[in-house]
Amino acid sequence: MPQTLYDKLWNNHVVHTEEDGTTLLYIDRHLVHEVTSPQAFEGLKLANRKLWRISSIVATADHNTPTDHWELGIQDPISRQQVETLDANIKEFGALAYFPFKDERQGIVHVMGPENGATLPGMTVVCGDSHTSTHGAFACLAHGIGTSEVEHVMATQCLLQKKSKSMLVRVDGKLGAGLTAKDIALAIIGKIGTAGGTGYAIEFGGEAIRALSMEGRMTLCNMAIEGGARAGMVAVDDNTINYLKGRPFAPKPEQWGAAVAYWRTLVSDEGAEFDRVVTLDAAEIQPQVTWGTSPEMVTTIDGAVPSPDDFADPVKREGVARALQYMGLTPRTPMAEIPIDKVFIGSCTNSRIEDLREAAAVAKGKHVAANVKLAMVVPGSGLVKRQAEAEGLDRVFRDAGFEWREPGCSMCLAMNADRLEPGERCASTSNRNFEGRQGNGGRTHLVSPAMAAAAAVTGHFADVRKL
Amino acid sequence: MRKFTHLKGLVAPLDRANVDTDAIIPKQFLKSIKRSGFGPNAFDEWRYLDHGEPGMDNSRRPLNPDFVLNKPRYQGASVLLVRDNFGCGSSREHAPWALEDYGFRAIIGPSFADIFFNNSFKNGLLPIKLPEAEVDIIFKQVEEHQGYALDIDLDKQTITRPDGKKISFEIDGFRKHCLLNGLDDIGLTLQKADLIKAFEAKRRAEQPWLFA
Ligand code: SF4
Repeated sequence: MPQTLYDKLWNNHVVHTEEDGTTLLYIDRHLVHEVTSPQAFEGLKLANRKLWRISSIVATADHNTPTDHWELGIQDPISRQQVETLDANIKEFGALAYFPFKDERQGIVHVMGPENGATLPGMTVVCGDSHTSTHGAFACLAHGIGTSEVEHVMATQCLLQKKSKSMLVRVDGKLGAGLTAKDIALAIIGKIGTAGGTGYAIEFGGEAIRALSMEGRMTLCNMAIEGGARAGMVAVDDNTINYLKGRPFAPKPEQWGAAVAYWRTLVSDEGAEFDRVVTLDAAEIQPQVTWGTSPEMVTTIDGAVPSPDDFADPVKREGVARALQYMGLTPRTPMAEIPIDKVFIGSCTNSRIEDLREAAAVAKGKHVAANVKLAMVVPGSGLVKRQAEAEGLDRVFRDAGFEWREPGCSMCLAMNADRLEPGERCASTSNRNFEGRQGNGGRTHLVSPAMAAAAAVTGHFADVRKL
Repeated sequence: MRKFTHLKGLVAPLDRANVDTDAIIPKQFLKSIKRSGFGPNAFDEWRYLDHGEPGMDNSRRPLNPDFVLNKPRYQGASVLLVRDNFGCGSSREHAPWALEDYGFRAIIGPSFADIFFNNSFKNGLLPIKLPEAEVDIIFKQVEEHQGYALDIDLDKQTITRPDGKKISFEIDGFRKHCLLNGLDDIGLTLQKADLIKAFEAKRRAEQPWLFA
């Protein structure tokens, strides 16, 4: 019977299945960061357990690390304690690799993993972080887990799982100029809703997805979780293989041929059946901007803020009214007329080299508008930062009035010092516009890197194609 | 893990959809390296009028009188009634830790986000999916009757309303077994260590590059 990519990845990792379908799934790669691991290590210690396979673990510190004045260390004592706890735990338990604070390869866990070749096709990848779906771009079965599961994987190399349903999201045709994977991701969530993918593993396919770079595919899979799906994935092709060649943890030359031959099989078979198929036409996708406090509250740059009256369902109507109140927006305001206070270019969604190139292309030769208090660019990792500097992107941003920072999660969730003040409005390339996500009372609008740069230089949301 | 067998508990209604884990426990509390003590900060931004930070004396902070969990009639609630897509967003297990520490033992709603749903079971917190229409009725009844309590029997998989009506619910056999007996997943899985080792050896032979 023809199999989907998800079927293949699943079947390849089954250690044992209970009668009710609960399956013990083998985990190849475990990514670890400081926020969701301390209680898991603590649990191991209390039970006198060890790591099942040290070489499966790749760790870094990202959520709490500051993005400027590294010479001062981590100022916030509780953040510092959490990072130091990870240092101590890795020292005690071991890991294949650890990139601590200030290491040149340190970075956001979902940027660091792939760029080091620690994420390979056919793997199961887990991390105590919901955006682990990112790694599905490499035809992996990758998903976020809670801290109890982190401990379970550490102690047993397995996860207890039930198989999800499968969904194919097919994006046909060609994306227009100025549009990016982020616009595709937001358009999909706008269509299926934030719970649309609940209970499913999503495979992204179609001409527009094949045309995306690996960076673009990571952006897309990153946001699968915002559509409710724990896992998103893209089949292997030449882009996947070319990206991995020569990366530190990629197969050694003598194993490369066998690995590639296997990877080539990681595609859905002709005629494989999905439980649900959703299709979009890439040519119809326009630049996306969110207006509310959930990623599904999204419209296009030539759209306007909706009115609660547009929604018949009372729960929805009230949700919209509450979101507009929180966001400080009036129904029917054109999106392109909303002024902004801050701009954040970064996060595991959009902080890779291609994202920074796209934003820099828009910022080049222009200047951040007078009403914008802060426009910051936070590379996803030390390696991205170094590459961007080699290409002169830091100069482009600095000359345009942006701040160029050290790598980390930063204002994506504001666990470090980077945050919005109450009422401030931000054009952000991150993935969540929840209440308070970027700082208590802060107002987040999700956009692509190019659209964030366009907002920075005009002072309001603007169509990047018309600049 | 604490056992869950039977619960008769006061119900508190949280009438909004898409409640995310950032709202259940805001990020500043994630800096803790412990598993306990998150209860006083559950729903922090909605529950208090000031901005909460770790280390504050929560008993002295001004409560938001409009937030439903602060209403006198819902004090002591152990069942949380919710709307669609509860627990979406971040995978933080701090969310079920906070709800459990607050005093909730069961959550009833039409749908839950996958990771949150999973995390709840690991902490003796029972999430129950019911059809939207059933949830609507309970919301209505809770509002109409002060002291509204539900009787949840995990073994029989039933919820009994104060009006006597019994509603049955679905749950995975394995999860039910673990909850009823308070079993720790890790201990159970390690009983299969030989199977895991055999699987691993085969994998190492077939795809040696994964074991560099
Ligand atoms: S960048 Fe944001 S979403 Fe990504 S891992 Fe960091 S905090 Fe989470």
